[in-house]
Amino acid sequence: MTEIKSATQVEIKNLFGGYDNETVLEDINLTIHENDFIGLIGPNGGGKTTLLKIILGLLPYKKGSVLVMGHPPQKGRQHIGYVPQFAIFDSDFPISVFDVVKMGRLSGKRVFQRLTNEDDAIVEEKLAWMDMLDFKNRGIRELSGGQRQRVYIARALATEPELLLLDEPTVSVDFETRTKIYELLHDINRQGVTILMVSHDLNVISSYVKTIGCLNRNLHYHGKKEITEEMLKSGYNCPVELIAHGLPHRVLAEHQEGR
Amino acid sequence: MTELLSYGFMQNALMAAVLVSLASGIIGTLVVLKRMVFISGGVAHTAYGGVGLAFYLGVNPIFGAVAFSLTASFLMGYVQRKTRQRQDTLIGVMWAIGMAIGIIFADLTPGYKADLMSYLFGSILAVTNTDLLLMLAVDILVISLVALFYKELQATAFDETFARVRNLPVDLLYVILVAMIGLSVVMLMRVVGLIMIIALLTVPAAIGAMYLKNMKHIMWLATGLSLIFTVGGLLISYYFNLSSGATIILVSGAFYLGALALHRFCQRCPE
Repeated sequence: MTEIKSATQVEIKNLFGGYDNETVLEDINLTIHENDFIGLIGPNGGGKTTLLKIILGLLPYKKGSVLVMGHPPQKGRQHIGYVPQFAIFDSDFPISVFDVVKMGRLSGKRVFQRLTNEDDAIVEEKLAWMDMLDFKNRGIRELSGGQRQRVYIARALATEPELLLLDEPTVSVDFETRTKIYELLHDINRQGVTILMVSHDLNVISSYVKTIGCLNRNLHYHGKKEITEEMLKSGYNCPVELIAHGLPHRVLAEHQEGR
Repeated sequence: MTELLSYGFMQNALMAAVLVSLASGIIGTLVVLKRMVFISGGVAHTAYGGVGLAFYLGVNPIFGAVAFSLTASFLMGYVQRKTRQRQDTLIGVMWAIGMAIGIIFADLTPGYKADLMSYLFGSILAVTNTDLLLMLAVDILVISLVALFYKELQATAFDETFARVRNLPVDLLYVILVAMIGLSVVMLMRVVGLIMIIALLTVPAAIGAMYLKNMKHIMWLATGLSLIFTVGGLLISYYFNLSSGATIILVSGAFYLGALALHRFCQRCPE
């Protein structure tokens, strides 16, 4: 497996984070390099969403340091395209697909400016990329789960991000759609966008991502695609679940094979 | 009909209907889409405290209503955003306290108090020229702010988290919105009374949101429907000698149930 050595986009050092009196993340160290495609797995409540929120500057952290594109998260996040968890949406909201993706063209700097034809062109381009251009005049509430997810990815791409952050992008979509979404993400990554994806959809993840991390209060991440012995031994839920699902061999480190 | 229009009070009432419909159509759409109906009801009832206090002090009740309404908007808006638990309880308590303050001050005020009733149940036929000017001012403010921040308001209504990541001024927009709700509520109070404000604020927008998928179109349709309900209710109440506020609400309610039934009947029709 290749180790990726290129420009740093996110640098997290000795991070402690969580809510009020509850620490969910302990001593997290994570460096995200340009062009990586990280799959972050871990059990529910293991802090995956919390970590994303901290990187996005939506949640203050308790200790440590977080830099996004060399800036504090609230500044650096303008370079992040965010695809939120599918389930949290008001699925009945009356809005067209085109208008949803257009939100990606908004920013704090452009509050008093009108969006231009150029913005519309970018919106159409991203919709076409996600194979959703034919649906641009449809209401978002008329779409299936998988179609909607592609619209939200298009919206994130419309921000022209350097880093794409996805929170469980394939929850509640069928297997075929899942594969389609991963294919699209693979393509996005090939076009030079770094991806950090949180998921517990392990089987599919393994064939598309470049590196895998496991998060359960602590982060086990070595910038590689293998699940290390350390991850397995530590008794965290994720590798156990991973084996139980019949993981492709190549994901495991060599000395783990045949176990 | 022409005879009806020759009355000064009727002309004022019709103008009030137009002005109020603009605010209820535009702000109502945001209230419905952002799920702030309960807050709006709370603000309306709390405003009665201001009406009572103003009566007691002998100043124009509108000023008391505006002061209480804006304070309540900000307080309830803060509660809804900052406290994780029991927000509906807190808002409900403020709702009741505001109302009670109004009643106590009314008790303390000597003399004839029939006018206080008009704030509870509305009296579109008693709208004065001063009221109309105030309504016009609120409309101009609401239309300008919504036009200025339209795309940002839509984005925060749909997905606040994404808007925040894009560094949109989410909190400022929220403050602007609750202030606009507070002002619109006072306006609507003159027409349908505070007890029935929620209906006129939500029914037109809710019908619009059932059938349309563009927020701007919903705002226009809601404005149009609101105008139909207000004028229709007003005429019916005039000919049958009924309370105008309650008639307007019943007309809205009938339309809402009809729209709901139609929508159920043909789930995917006119999108």
